[in-house]
Amino acid sequence: MTLLLVQALNGVQLGLTLFLIAAGLTLVFGVMDFINLAHGVQYMVGAYLAVSFYDASGSFLLALVGASLATGALGLLLEALVFRRLMGRGHLDQVLATFGLILTIGELVRLIWGTSPLQLPVPRLLSGAVPLMSGMGYPVYRIMLIVVGLAVAGLMALVIGRTKIGMQLRAGASNAAMVNALGVDIHRMFRLVFGVGAMLAGFAGVLAAPLVSVEAGMSDNLLILAFVVIVVGGVGSVRGAFIAAILVGLVDTLGRSLVTALALALLPPMAAGHVGPALASMLIYLFMAAVLAVRPAGLFGVRA
Amino acid sequence: MAEVLHVEGLSKTFGALWVTREVSLTLAAGEVHAVIGPNGAGKTTLIHQISGVVLPDRGRISLRGRDITRARPEARARAGLARSFQITSVLPEFSVLENVALSVQAREGRAMRPWGRAAADREANARGMAALERMAMADRARRLAGTLSHGEKRQLELAMAIAADPVALLLDEPLAGAGPEEVPRLIELLRGMKGGAAILLVEHDMEAVFALADRITVLAEGRVIASGQPDAVRADEAVRAAYLGEDF
Repeated sequence: MTLLLVQALNGVQLGLTLFLIAAGLTLVFGVMDFINLAHGVQYMVGAYLAVSFYDASGSFLLALVGASLATGALGLLLEALVFRRLMGRGHLDQVLATFGLILTIGELVRLIWGTSPLQLPVPRLLSGAVPLMSGMGYPVYRIMLIVVGLAVAGLMALVIGRTKIGMQLRAGASNAAMVNALGVDIHRMFRLVFGVGAMLAGFAGVLAAPLVSVEAGMSDNLLILAFVVIVVGGVGSVRGAFIAAILVGLVDTLGRSLVTALALALLPPMAAGHVGPALASMLIYLFMAAVLAVRPAGLFGVRA
Repeated sequence: MAEVLHVEGLSKTFGALWVTREVSLTLAAGEVHAVIGPNGAGKTTLIHQISGVVLPDRGRISLRGRDITRARPEARARAGLARSFQITSVLPEFSVLENVALSVQAREGRAMRPWGRAAADREANARGMAALERMAMADRARRLAGTLSHGEKRQLELAMAIAADPVALLLDEPLAGAGPEEVPRLIELLRGMKGGAAILLVEHDMEAVFALADRITVLAEGRVIASGQPDAVRADEAVRAAYLGEDF
């Protein structure tokens, strides 16, 4: 029972990390019809920059703020140098060019920071554990991640749902040409979305860094999961991305332990050892297929 | 009458195809100028060039004496040029009032406080309501735009187009897709818009064109083959030839 609770909390936490990455991705795809495979590298660059900022300053908070702002700036730079030229071209061009960026930036990261994994320590203030039932503890840092993730999601909901710029953003995600004809500078809006989206992904990378090893390729799996999230949530919908991210996080973590336990209960140990993990890694894709079968445009599809 | 929109020598090719060929036309304050022509004559491409979605290869477009030939679509909109689309373009997840209020806010551009609450923008809401009243749909203000009938959506598009008091209005087939029972009502609403913004009207429904237009320009294969008073255009031999086999 406690194990289930721990897995659920881990699922929510993975979901919130996915949400921070997927929020920018879904808006860029929704507003500008632009597929950016390189969005995940912002997460990795954020983590690497945080390690450097932390080594220089000794302050986790400074590393968090500095690395987030720097990844936002990198996003704007990539937009000006590369992405702007890919607007209005086919999705294949965009996929090829941004995949090239993944390789280039990954190699640059190895050149700058080296090939061996780096560590970012958990800030001392958040290093304890909160006791759960039956004597098991849950790390304070992970609880903080959940709180911060929810706070960012709440802030985004407020900006996107209530303000004029948010209204224009939602309108742009639904029908960009029409909103442009009404007088909204769609390119300026795109740059804003791009900068903020890159910053959020970098922010997620910094926050996750103390829990994982910081290495090139650390964002590869998350990028695939983030695409699953935006497809399940409905392209262009931040609300959809939030709900889908939590669901995908839960399905992935809870599903893994449930499927493995189920396989052990039903199959001989040898077979269970093969079938369990194989089935577990398929779960989110089965989940995505099930959602799309019922709602082809995703949970909150906004495209007309 | 004062000239609002001036298009001169506009040309555009897509590969070897001339979609617009030396097209010149003017739009005077308060008039409805209809652009008609058989399918593929280049009417929508013309609207796209005037609204800035497609840039012409040659020629000049000016709005109230200001050259806008190369201006971005949003700059043209803020200078007072509004357009509607051939395909119904309302925001289905937004209320009817939010659709028109957005149209008012969008044209204010940078001047508006972007982080302010949308629902608290009294002026945009008031101007939006006024536009809905002019289009006889104030009672629908709270409905979600996606729940409107097709004819009502077309009405809402007209309200969105006039909400920010444009000087010129490009209407790309405002009756397209409307059922026969909705057409007379939409024609009446369009008639009620006369005298406000100057209207460049692209429309296939000839009944509507002859009921509304002060002047008619006929396009065929990208070029102007006739232009003038409705009666003169109706009698024109070249126009009859271009429409041969089609209902005119």
